[in-house]
Amino acid sequence: MAWWNKPASDTQITHGSRIWLYVIAAIIMLLLVIPTLIVIPMSFSDSQYLEFPPETWSMRWYEEYFGSKKWMRATVTSLQVGTLTMLVATPLGTMAAYALFVSGHKAARALFVILITPMIVPVILIAIGAFYAYGKLGLNNSITGLVLAHTALATPLVMIVITAAFRSYDLNQELVARSLGATRLKAFFVITLPQIKFSVITAALLSFLTSFDEVIVSIFVSGGTKATLTKHMFSALRDYIDPTIAAISTIMVLISTLLLLATQWFSSRQK
Amino acid sequence: MPTDSALPIYINGLTKKYGELFALDAVDLNIRSGEFLTLLGPSGSGKTTLLMAIAGFNRPDAGSIQFGDTEMILTPPHKRDVGMVFQSYALFPHMTVAQNIAFPLKLRKVTEAERHQRVEEALETVQLGGLGHRHIDQLSGGQRQRVALARAFVFKPRILLMDEPLSALDKKLRERMQIELKQLHRQLGVTTVYVTHDQREALTMSDRIAVISDGKLAQVDTPQTIYNHPANGFVADFIGESTILPLNNDSSGQLSFNGQHVQSQPADATHRDWSLVIRPERLYLSEMSDAPGRHNATDTPLALDGIVKENVFQGETAFVLVTIDGGHEVSVRFGTGSMSQAGHLQPGDVVTVYLNRSDAIVIPTGDH
Repeated sequence: MAWWNKPASDTQITHGSRIWLYVIAAIIMLLLVIPTLIVIPMSFSDSQYLEFPPETWSMRWYEEYFGSKKWMRATVTSLQVGTLTMLVATPLGTMAAYALFVSGHKAARALFVILITPMIVPVILIAIGAFYAYGKLGLNNSITGLVLAHTALATPLVMIVITAAFRSYDLNQELVARSLGATRLKAFFVITLPQIKFSVITAALLSFLTSFDEVIVSIFVSGGTKATLTKHMFSALRDYIDPTIAAISTIMVLISTLLLLATQWFSSRQK
Repeated sequence: MPTDSALPIYINGLTKKYGELFALDAVDLNIRSGEFLTLLGPSGSGKTTLLMAIAGFNRPDAGSIQFGDTEMILTPPHKRDVGMVFQSYALFPHMTVAQNIAFPLKLRKVTEAERHQRVEEALETVQLGGLGHRHIDQLSGGQRQRVALARAFVFKPRILLMDEPLSALDKKLRERMQIELKQLHRQLGVTTVYVTHDQREALTMSDRIAVISDGKLAQVDTPQTIYNHPANGFVADFIGESTILPLNNDSSGQLSFNGQHVQSQPADATHRDWSLVIRPERLYLSEMSDAPGRHNATDTPLALDGIVKENVFQGETAFVLVTIDGGHEVSVRFGTGSMSQAGHLQPGDVVTVYLNRSDAIVIPTGDH
């Protein structure tokens, strides 16, 4: 029997009769992915300008990127801010999710919604708000300011991932651990945390990505020697279009894809 | 094992409110050292709240909980030294069976050699010898239950608390575990507080039963006393099957039903209104071949005339529903052996239902 005559599901609908579905799905996936992938050939162009498809090939824009002090400084800033955001947002979001899960209080739901508002509010509002607030506090163009703003954006994500992990967790395990002689803190670290660790790792990777990919807040509150990679890319696109951007984009796509694959792998481990 | 370390629990005036609702309403309860006491009540009666208060997982609004001479009301759970078994077992799935059982020993800094030995002993006690290396998801429901038990007693706690530990098991396994738990309790000698809503389980296992309703104790007594002498309508209705019929009280304090004298009202009575509690298995019919033998020369039984409404066969026993004069309905339960003629009764047959006066349970009417 050819594969298209085999049933695709319990209802005996064959792959053949579903072919239209597969075609549409493939088209949609291509439409989603092509804009991202198009930068990859562009980054290997030899031309002065962004062009597609490139007429001649070279690695010069990668050399340009890795040789540029300015780009390297921005990359280091982005990695620093991303790492710090991850280190702050992951424990914060985990603690918030845990507290709301344990309390069972009526207000917990409302509090959850309040805490995830940074995800719902247009980021530009957060950017403008942060810019004016930081103006008063002297936090513009600083790593601290960037980390704080990115933490506000990443914490809701962490909360959502961890809350989902708790949905299948029996909190009685902690009660048992405590009755057996563990303090509350110990019960959390020895019993609860090992069981949600893959979700915590997933959340950490996502919060790093949230910061690393973030443009809007960075445009407003970062600058000078503390400008992020994304901010530099944005300025570069505005001021002079050159294929270095394509090279950097390719690298970022690569990093993001790897991290997302890692999160997928970790969340599949978390049953 | 640790009979010497069993502790009595003294509970005094324990009160816990959730909003306006009393989950526990000034509960006084003394649990004897080494006793198996069951908290029995319908859901929402406060039995789990009381257990959680003993374990230290909720802070009562008022009252006292003493383990022996020590006041525990402010002691956090991890310092109370009580073993606890939950309905969901709450085994740690990221640890093996042996690691689960060793957990409380590790926290108590027991050396590895002794830990190993005590885990093996505990596994033997719950008949899981040699399964220490297993993972939790490789165990059956009954085995998980045993691991949870072993983990709760391996550190020789002075008090063992169990919250409906058998309710997730199927009926046959549940009944076997009831007997095993009872034997284990005898072997360990530890003061045990057991929560259940299943009256048969409570009757099977307990030294004493505390029947709880709306945050108050309705009666605390041995299973026999609770069953044979319920203190009030709630207990009579909740434990066992029963029919509750109003009694007539004449001016001289003689209680009667349908004109037949039952007994005198208790001398110290402050009530006027009394009810008759009838257990179906204590009634008998003239059709039952052994009925005449049950007549006692000094105790002429109450005789209630009625009409058979239904005859229900249930395997080991059967019952007939009889509508007696006055419109009340009583059920008569009997064994299904070949001696019994009651199995042939048809709806509409006229019968007489007998109750020996010594089997008549009289309770004050009201608070039901």
